Amino acid sequence: MARAETGAKPEGTPVGRRVFLGMVGVGAAGVLFGAKAQNWLEHALAPLTAKDGTGLSSFLPVGRFRIYSVTGDLPNKDIADYRLKVGGHVDQPLELSFADLQAMPATNLDKDFQCVTGWRVHNVKWTGVRLGDLLDRAGLKAGAQGVEFHSFDGAYTESLTMQQALRPDVIVAYSMEGKTVSREHGGPVRMYVAPMYGYKSCKWLDGITVTAAQPEPGYWEVRGYDVDGWVGKSNGRDDKPTS
Amino acid sequence: MAATTSPRADAGDVGRPARLVRFDAAERTLHWVNAVLFLTVMSTAAVLYVGPLSAAVGRRDLIRQIHVWSGIALPVPILVTLAGRWGHGFRKDVARLNRWTQDDRRWVRSLGRDPYVQLGKFNPGQKLNAAFVAGVIIVMLATGSVMNWFHYFPVDWRTGATFVHDWIAVALFIVVIGHIGTALSDPEALRSMLKGWVDATWARQRRPRWYAEETGPGAQTDVH
Repeated sequence: MARAETGAKPEGTPVGRRVFLGMVGVGAAGVLFGAKAQNWLEHALAPLTAKDGTGLSSFLPVGRFRIYSVTGDLPNKDIADYRLKVGGHVDQPLELSFADLQAMPATNLDKDFQCVTGWRVHNVKWTGVRLGDLLDRAGLKAGAQGVEFHSFDGAYTESLTMQQALRPDVIVAYSMEGKTVSREHGGPVRMYVAPMYGYKSCKWLDGITVTAAQPEPGYWEVRGYDVDGWVGKSNGRDDKPTS
Repeated sequence: MAATTSPRADAGDVGRPARLVRFDAAERTLHWVNAVLFLTVMSTAAVLYVGPLSAAVGRRDLIRQIHVWSGIALPVPILVTLAGRWGHGFRKDVARLNRWTQDDRRWVRSLGRDPYVQLGKFNPGQKLNAAFVAGVIIVMLATGSVMNWFHYFPVDWRTGATFVHDWIAVALFIVVIGHIGTALSDPEALRSMLKGWVDATWARQRRPRWYAEETGPGAQTDVH
């Protein structure tokens, strides 16, 4: 280094600026092409995360749930106090405990969970009661058009047409990955509407109301999401169908 | 305050100071304000991201608001320090952090073991850390804004912004843990961020070019 050190004028190349601008560029590209990159990463990392014994990989942002709630806090209800209310346009309104639900014929689904914000969790194992079985038990009155779901968070609502509600891949889920549905995932009991985006699967399920008219659109639907939330065919998205 | 004293005032001999001022009061204040903001965004991020933590802490909306607003606040102290008269030392250090010398490259290639490398005030790791953190602030601010105000952006951007925000967060956690770890393993350097000065011997051995800059014939005392 022949140059004199004055301290006032730094020598060398502006690597710091390049790193900074590079990050801004990669960040912008990630925003534009992140959906594709995420799919690619999930496939690339799947063999690694499957073999990871430390559990550290569960912190990586691939194939994991993000927890959303629309209220200020995560709702909480003990299994012992839990009651699912089924009412509205039915012959026999029901009030079922957690044990009552477990006593009904169980349906197991092993399907992907796709969020409308882009993330997807592969092969989630759900156990629950078919919504159709519950509605049969309550007895639909003639002219029943749809069902509305209410959450015990006091704010969230969802709905399905009767045709959607009677699909065999629409369940009232009480178990997820072999355990009782946890509080952050909407437990102890939540909906799992397999063929639709996550917002259709009402968490912290409190009540199901059968309607004689078209059901009211749900919480996110009055805020712009599609009412018929089919994965890959709604909300301007082209994800692979989940069911 | 001790830091406003000229570094040479501690030494009887003008040519050989016992201490050198490494970070002035404005830089130290900026560093610790930044540290508090970073710990706030990172701890609230952990609560929002890790399921069992979410359930244990609750108050999701409040946590989200704290996360968003402390994130938005992050660039402010840096801009304020850059802008004012008090930012003289910081602006000079930003210029130093930006520039990589031949010695820096050799230091990286030898993984810090080449005995002939003459480092300036900052080593390449510190330079990378500074550039990375600057990039993180901008990219997280932009992607976080898309996530928070997603209605105003195309649907796909939300997916992409979430993807970028998540992965940079993972990288940031690793870098910050590394930053704290290296600080704790070098008490002399850590003290300079707490009290402002380093022992001249440390500077001569670890940062010879900076030592020469500060004490050499062309050196001038800090202008305040």
